[in-house]
Formats: sequence, C-alpha cells, structure tokens
Amino acid sequence: MPTKVIMPQLGESVVEGTVTKWLKKEGESIAEFEPLLEVNTDKVDTEIPSPAGGTVLKLLVSEGKTVTAGTILAWLGKPGEEVPTGESTPETHIHATTPTATQEMSSTRAPTTAQPATRDLGFISPVVAKIAHEHNVDLQLVSGSGQGGRITKKDVLAFVESNPAGTSEADIPIWETPADGDLFRPTEMMFQKTTDRTGAQSTGEAPAISAMPSTGDKLIPHTSIRRSIAEHMIKSKNISAHVTTVMEVDLSKVVTHRNANKDSFSRDGVNLTYTAYFISAIVSALKAYPQVNSSWSDEGLVLHSAINIGMATSLADAGLIVPVIKAADGLSLLGLARAVNDLAQRARDRKLSPDEVKGGTFTLTNHGISGSLFATPIINQPQCGILGVGLVQKRAVVINDAIAIRPMVYISLTFDHRILDGASADWFLAKVVDALQNWAG
Amino acid sequence: MPEMTLIDAIRAGMDEELALDPNVFIVGEDVGMRGGVFRATMGLFDKYGPQRVMDSPLAEASIVGVGIGAALYGLRPICEIQFADFIHPAFNQIINEAAKMCYRSNGDWTVPMVIRAPYGGGIGGGLYHSQSLEAFFTHTPGLKVVVPSNPRDAKGLLKSAVRDPNPVLFFEPKKGYRLIKGEVPEGEYTVPIGKAAMSREGSDVSVFAYGMMHYYTLQAAEKLANEGINVEVVDLRTLYPVDRESILASVRKTGKALVVYEDNLTGGYGAEIAAIIAEQAFTDLDAPVRRLAGPDIPAVPFSHPLQDWFMLNPEKIATAIRDLANY
Repeated sequence: MPTKVIMPQLGESVVEGTVTKWLKKEGESIAEFEPLLEVNTDKVDTEIPSPAGGTVLKLLVSEGKTVTAGTILAWLGKPGEEVPTGESTPETHIHATTPTATQEMSSTRAPTTAQPATRDLGFISPVVAKIAHEHNVDLQLVSGSGQGGRITKKDVLAFVESNPAGTSEADIPIWETPADGDLFRPTEMMFQKTTDRTGAQSTGEAPAISAMPSTGDKLIPHTSIRRSIAEHMIKSKNISAHVTTVMEVDLSKVVTHRNANKDSFSRDGVNLTYTAYFISAIVSALKAYPQVNSSWSDEGLVLHSAINIGMATSLADAGLIVPVIKAADGLSLLGLARAVNDLAQRARDRKLSPDEVKGGTFTLTNHGISGSLFATPIINQPQCGILGVGLVQKRAVVINDAIAIRPMVYISLTFDHRILDGASADWFLAKVVDALQNWAG
Repeated sequence: MPEMTLIDAIRAGMDEELALDPNVFIVGEDVGMRGGVFRATMGLFDKYGPQRVMDSPLAEASIVGVGIGAALYGLRPICEIQFADFIHPAFNQIINEAAKMCYRSNGDWTVPMVIRAPYGGGIGGGLYHSQSLEAFFTHTPGLKVVVPSNPRDAKGLLKSAVRDPNPVLFFEPKKGYRLIKGEVPEGEYTVPIGKAAMSREGSDVSVFAYGMMHYYTLQAAEKLANEGINVEVVDLRTLYPVDRESILASVRKTGKALVVYEDNLTGGYGAEIAAIIAEQAFTDLDAPVRRLAGPDIPAVPFSHPLQDWFMLNPEKIATAIRDLANY
C-alpha cells in the first residue's frame, strides 16, 4: 500500500508551506528518513525526511507552490504500484516517524468510531446554514431531499423538530473522531472544525458572527463619537508599536504647593487642579527631551516646535474627547490651570470648536479619576506618547530607611517604540517624576 | 358584488372621478366620440361632453405636455396613450417635466396627472402594439408606476391615481381587458398606491408578478396545488415605489423566490425585485432568486408561433415554479 507524504505543520500557527525543492524525482528510490524535499514557511526553512523507504511514485505539488499543511505532497511505495486517487486531503493523516503504525491505526479505528463517515453535503443555502447555526445542528446528520441530495430548509426544520435537544455527537471530543483527530493538521483548522461540528462560538475568530444578537439581547446603535473612538483606537494600535513604562511619584511637594496656593488661585477665578501640575511637568520634560514631542513619518522624525498638550476628557457615557492646550510651554501654572478649567468645562458642555481638539503633540490622560492605579493608554495619533496618571493614594514608602506616609501616584507612559527605545522613554518619564517630586513652584 | 371585466372597472373608475371632481378630464387619441381604441372611455363623451373628454392630435408629447400644463393650473388630467408602445415621444415630458416638477419647485408645484397606457403582448399586435415598458419608468423618482392585475384593484388604484398630487403612470394589461373578470365592490373605495397584495398564500415558493403575468401566475399556482406544491403569490400592484416589506416578508417565509415579468429579461423590472431579495433576505434564502421573463430579443414577434415562443403562459410559469420548488 502506497504511503502519503503530507505537508507538515512546521510550527504553531503555521498553516501553509512552500515546496522549494524536490530532492528526489519520480521513480527514484529513497530510504526512510532520507531527505525528500525542502520546504519554506514564513517561520522556518527545512528539509522533510521521507516517512518510508521505497520508490517515489508521484510528486503532486510542483516546486514553488504553496499549500496548506495536511496537503498530500507525494506518494511513496513499491515500483509500479498504483497511486490512490480522489482522496480528500484534510482527512489524511500520517506521522512522519512511524508511518506504518499510523496507517494501521487509522484503518482499524475507522470502523469502530461512532461518527458516521462524513459525506459531501453539496451546496448549503444561506437559510439552511442559519438554521443549523441557531439550533446547533450537525448537517451531516440531516438527510437531504433537494436536488442532488441537497439539504433544504424543510429538511433542516424537520430535523430540528424531531431532535429538539440538538445532537449527542457534539459531545464527542475532537481527538475521538478519525477525520478530525489528525495532530498534523493546523490548529486553526482543528478549531474551525470544532466550531462547525458543535456550532460553538468559542473561537473568537469571527466577531461578526459571535456578536450576532440572540433572544433577549439588545442592540444599541453606535453614536458617531463611539464609532470615531473605535476607529481611532484600532488605527493607532495598527500604526504604532505601543510600549508602556510605569514610574511612581511622591506628590508631597505638589500637594503642599497646591494647598498653599489654591485659595489665591481661586480668587483669580481658577480652580487649581493636579492636572495643571502634571501638564507643567510634562512640558518641562518635553523641553528636555524634544524627541518625545514628535511624530513618525516615512521621511524622518518630525520634531514639533510647538508643545501642544491634549488632555483626555471623559464625557461619561457619551465617550471621550481630547481638547488641546496650545503652546502650553508659554503658560504659567496659573495659565495652565485656567486653560484646563476652561477646556474641560466646554468639553462637557460640548462647546469646543473643531480647532480646539486638533494639533496636539502629546497627550495626558487621568485614569486615576475612576480609581485606576496605572494603565496602558493608547497613543493619540500621530503623537509619540501619552502619559497616564493614576489614583493619588497615601502609601507607606521607605525614605532614608524610615517608613513615611506620602501621597503617591503611578504615572504610565505609553510611547511609540518606533521613535523611542525603553531607555530614552524612561529618561523622559524620570524627568516628569523629577519635576513633580521636586516641585519648586 | 357585481362581476366586471378589467376595462369596465377602469371605465367605472374614470366615470366616478369625473362625476366627483369637475377638475378631472380625459385627453387622448380617439377618447371622445369613438370611446377610445379599446373602448375604455366609451359613453363618457356623451355623459360629460367635449370639454371633459377631449380628443387630441396624434402627438403623445403634446398629450402629456397638455396634461402637465393643465395639472399645474389645478386640473386633474387623465391622459390616455393609445398603446404604451407610443409613449416614447412623451418620454421627455414625463421624465424631465412631470416627474421632476415637485422636486425642482421645492414642493410649490405638483403635477396631479394620470397617464394610462395599455401594455403587453399576446394579442397579435406585433412589434409596435405589444411592448412592456415599465422598466424605463421605474427608474424615475417623482413618478409613480402602477400596474393592476384585476378589476377590483384597477378601479381602486385608478381612483387613487387621479387623487394623487403627483404624476402616476398607469399601465393596463391590454390582453386582460376583457379576459380578466372579477368582482368589484359596490360604492366608493380606493386601493392605496405603494402596497402589494398577497393574492395567494403558500409555503413552498414565493412568486412575485404584476399585471397579466400575475393573472397567469395564479393559474399556474392553482395547477401546482394539485401536485402538492404550495405557491405563495404576491401581486406587486405598484412597481414604484415598491412595497419592500411585503416582498421580504414572503421570502422570509418560503425561502424561495421567483420573479415573473413579461418584458425582456435583461434590465427588466424584476431584476430590481431580485436585487432587493438578494440584498435584504440573503440569509433567509434556500435557493437562488430566479427570474422568468421574456427573451432578450428586440420585440414581441408578429408571427403567431414566434409570439407564443416569446410570451410567458401559465405552463411556462408552472415549470419554473416546479423547478424552484424541487431545488
């Protein structure tokens, strides 16, 4: 009996391989484990050893061709032996090292299994697919009365009627079924098969399907701001190499300064918030490390002359907006605090002009407001970084070998690893820490 | 309820509207003394006089143009095009003037006009007396297109058309003028424009048709019922604006759709119905959406054997339905 040579799965999540070179021609003899062909995948290049000794009967895949793992590449056997035809590749399985044992196993196992042999279901109409999905029906178990044995809507409805609880076949584990149990098949295909057979929605591969509302679910249409946020977030994740680094700041001096000055600020009509301090610290760090105040472009790194700080402002359920404090480096703490008050208020009142949410070169987000200690914010494109401020908490810290109670906060910098490396990002963040920790007013 | 032929019901509808509203008048070739080439206006000239039932020159652009002008002055013209095949000279008046008036004047001016046009083949009329022309006009927002398939609907839809503030093109299946008979309610009633009717309830296949083809489809469905095939028939009645909800509700029930129309297959009106179903009921389909229509040749031939080859009939429709039911 001839032996198959199949395209192995050369690594996790490698689903296909390219035949780069056949080392034997048809009709040549080959020993077991002797190299038969060279295969290239996106992860590895390797030689495939012959699974058996004998003669190369037929090479099915020509050089340069890319095929999915599990595809039959060649047949080996005795000279002049007939090559089987019409065998469907996904059902083949062979172990490269113990070919004869595998063959015996598959031939003895097939008749004992509870699973009926899979048949070609032919065309499955959209409505039949939908009903089968909704009722967890294994269409292999439904007999077809349509043209050429096609399963019609009536057939599947009649089946659902007579099998209200679904099928017991769904409980058979994947490794118990001969057609699906091939360990050489790509994991993607195995999981795909699981979904098909049980109707489970567990792969997460097709959100459009898994998100399909079922009875009792409610569909809330997206607002345009929600859509826009979603689009920006995904786009940013696709554009930048996001890395987040976190440092801790002792805010004692900032708190002291704020307590000493907030009354005089308030006489000027300004609510002195911590946000103003953070922006001020960011501005001084950006001045020290101008490559953080930048944007990546294909031509080169664009260093921005202006320092425009965006401040992410929550609109509660309605979403998020990022008004921008233009030329923040020209403002005193009073000026920053006033700008923060003004922009935040008008953001909540939805009274910002389009210009006021554009042109940012760096962004601050205060996730501590909702109790978060540290986070990994997403970069506001086309900026280089975003700084997240956590919840200010009194914590026990060790200072000069004594335990002290200090107002502490974690600050998280998400930066574009295309522009900055870990060390340069940390220098910038350390500068922010330094400015806050040693606040001089 | 009295039984009437299709043409008697149409005449009764015009008679009632002429009596109800002094602004209503009829204009067309030979509609006066002669009572129209199909006798649709027979007796109305004697009853309402030459000012209300007006003969026109052999000039369709002028018939429709006069109608538009009169309508802008507040009258309610019913223009008769002797055969739909002759409507082409009036195409510009209908498309560029009547259909756009309301939109272009921002609603200040409308054209409350009805254009009646007998259409369709199977009457030995040859190339210039057999055409189905709805597809040219169902592409035009601003123009309503109505095709009745039975006397009750014909009268009720015609009365709605006369009262509609915007132009309505009213295609009448001329082969059915005296062939199609049916009960017509006594007294005042109208049938709304824009609503299809499920004329036969079924579960196996949905067939969408209008006019003469609807009449044939009902016969085919009757025949197939004896074979155990349960056909649902939807009479579209108004082609533009079309009643999508009724179409989709039927397809969602049966999972199979056949659209039947007499016009040439390619670019015919049924293509739009097929597209609506494919777009909006895809996951409810159990078979491809199919069209049964006339062949793509320039016209209905004059030769009788060739005319029979061109025209659909209940047998051809039954074969197509049977095929789809067995899919």
